[in-house]
Amino acid sequence: MEYFLQQLINGVTLGAIYGLIALGYTMVYGIIGMINFAHGEVYMIGAFIAVTAFTALGVAGVTFVPLALAVVLLVAVTFTAAYGWTVERVAYRPLRGAPRLAPLISAIGMSIFLQNYVQLLQGARVKPLAPVIRGGFELLHANQFSVQLSYIQCFIILATVVLIAVFTLMIARTPLGRAQRACEQDRTMAALLGVDVDRTISLTFVIGAALAAVAGVMVTMYYGVVDFFIGFQAGLKAFTAAVLGGIGSLPGAMLGGLLIGLVEAFYSAYFSIEYKDVAAFSILVLVLVFRPSGLLGRPEVEKV
Amino acid sequence: MLALTGVHAHYGPIEALRGVDLEVAHGEIVAMIGANGAGKSTLLMTICGAPVPSAGRILFDGADIAGLPTFEIVRRGIAQVPEGRRIFPRMTVLENLQMGAAAGDATPSALAAGLERAFALFPVLAERRTQRGGTLSGGEQQMLSIARALMARPRLLLLDEPSLGLAPMVVKQIFQVIGEINRAGTTVLLVEQNAYHALRLAHRGYVMAQGRVVMSGSGAALLADPDVRAAYLEGGAKPPPGA
Repeated sequence: MEYFLQQLINGVTLGAIYGLIALGYTMVYGIIGMINFAHGEVYMIGAFIAVTAFTALGVAGVTFVPLALAVVLLVAVTFTAAYGWTVERVAYRPLRGAPRLAPLISAIGMSIFLQNYVQLLQGARVKPLAPVIRGGFELLHANQFSVQLSYIQCFIILATVVLIAVFTLMIARTPLGRAQRACEQDRTMAALLGVDVDRTISLTFVIGAALAAVAGVMVTMYYGVVDFFIGFQAGLKAFTAAVLGGIGSLPGAMLGGLLIGLVEAFYSAYFSIEYKDVAAFSILVLVLVFRPSGLLGRPEVEKV
Repeated sequence: MLALTGVHAHYGPIEALRGVDLEVAHGEIVAMIGANGAGKSTLLMTICGAPVPSAGRILFDGADIAGLPTFEIVRRGIAQVPEGRRIFPRMTVLENLQMGAAAGDATPSALAAGLERAFALFPVLAERRTQRGGTLSGGEQQMLSIARALMARPRLLLLDEPSLGLAPMVVKQIFQVIGEINRAGTTVLLVEQNAYHALRLAHRGYVMAQGRVVMSGSGAALLADPDVRAAYLEGGAKPPPGA
């Protein structure tokens, strides 16, 4: 029971991170109908910027954690969003209107490029970061097992909940959110109503990258290590989460992220930690075979 | 207000418009009739920049708008009720109307005034405001599409077959509303296969065939023209009895 509770906490933490990345996949899919395979790399860049910024602040002598955290988040979100914008501009916009396969190949190319770019710039070795937030609560102590909720886990879960709430409101209530949904449903009509479709698509990439940047900051603080390859794995997991939830569905991406996080945590705890990726990707295969529209991605009944 | 000279447009290798000349003066209702595939819908879409005309000039208020992106053209005061209505199916009626305001003044007070006008014109939309667009009936969708186009207070309204697929009662109502919209100061360019209703309502009309304008004149004159009657009225589209 205690062990179960601990794995639940770990799984939810992991799921929050996957959910944030999955939102970027599902948003982009919704609006332009392509899988942005470079999204995992954008997240990896966010993590690298976080390490660099934390290290720089440490050298500069900033020791007040909330301030450091705020600065790092701001820097990581700004620069990563710029990467997201550039990726769309360079690799996808010129291919708008091309057959569907073309931007997909371009996305894979972009992913490989970004991995190698970071490897060349930062080296192939793992970058460590000293723990920024230490300590935690002991929730329970029984049968010689202590259930811990670390402060960093609290931060990750709370920040994700707040971010998702703000994001959901943005999509539901603001003119930008409405314009995004309009472009998703009928791009030509949106343009006929005065929506600048290219700008709306750019902003979608920017928002997706910003969410991935926050996930990158969180992962950096949680695990304390990053390398140029983390985007590939996390990207695929988040992609699995988006597909599980129903690609194109925003609540689906959040739910899918949570479920994949839980599956991974419990599978490593009770079965085999070496094969935890097998568990996540088996889900991808099963969903694609038996329920390609995912959990929440059911097409609606519409009169035409 | 709107003047097209020698406008050509292509869909891939297919030339859909082959040199269209057309004029719409301020305050007019102009009807464009013609058979299926004559290029009527392409004409309205080309005015809005999708597709971009391959040759010719499109003057709106004296400025050439050919080649501008769609969103910039419509922000100058042109709105379109497109073929097939193109309601956003997973947005509520209210959200569809809010989207319509995107090209114009989107301040809360302008939005509220726009909604009031829309609901006065089509009271049924007020009842359906929280319903999703995709669940409306065809007639309601057409009303929503017109109301949405009016949200940005356009000076020129382009209507593509607003009567298509609707019950005769609804058709009558829609044409009545188009008249009201025009009397309130909006210039209208109306594309229709329902030649009888369209020409009766319009001040002037054009007839299109195979991507060209082949005839023009006042609504009444075209209605009386034997060629027009033979091609577009006495074929399948007779005036309904009692209309």
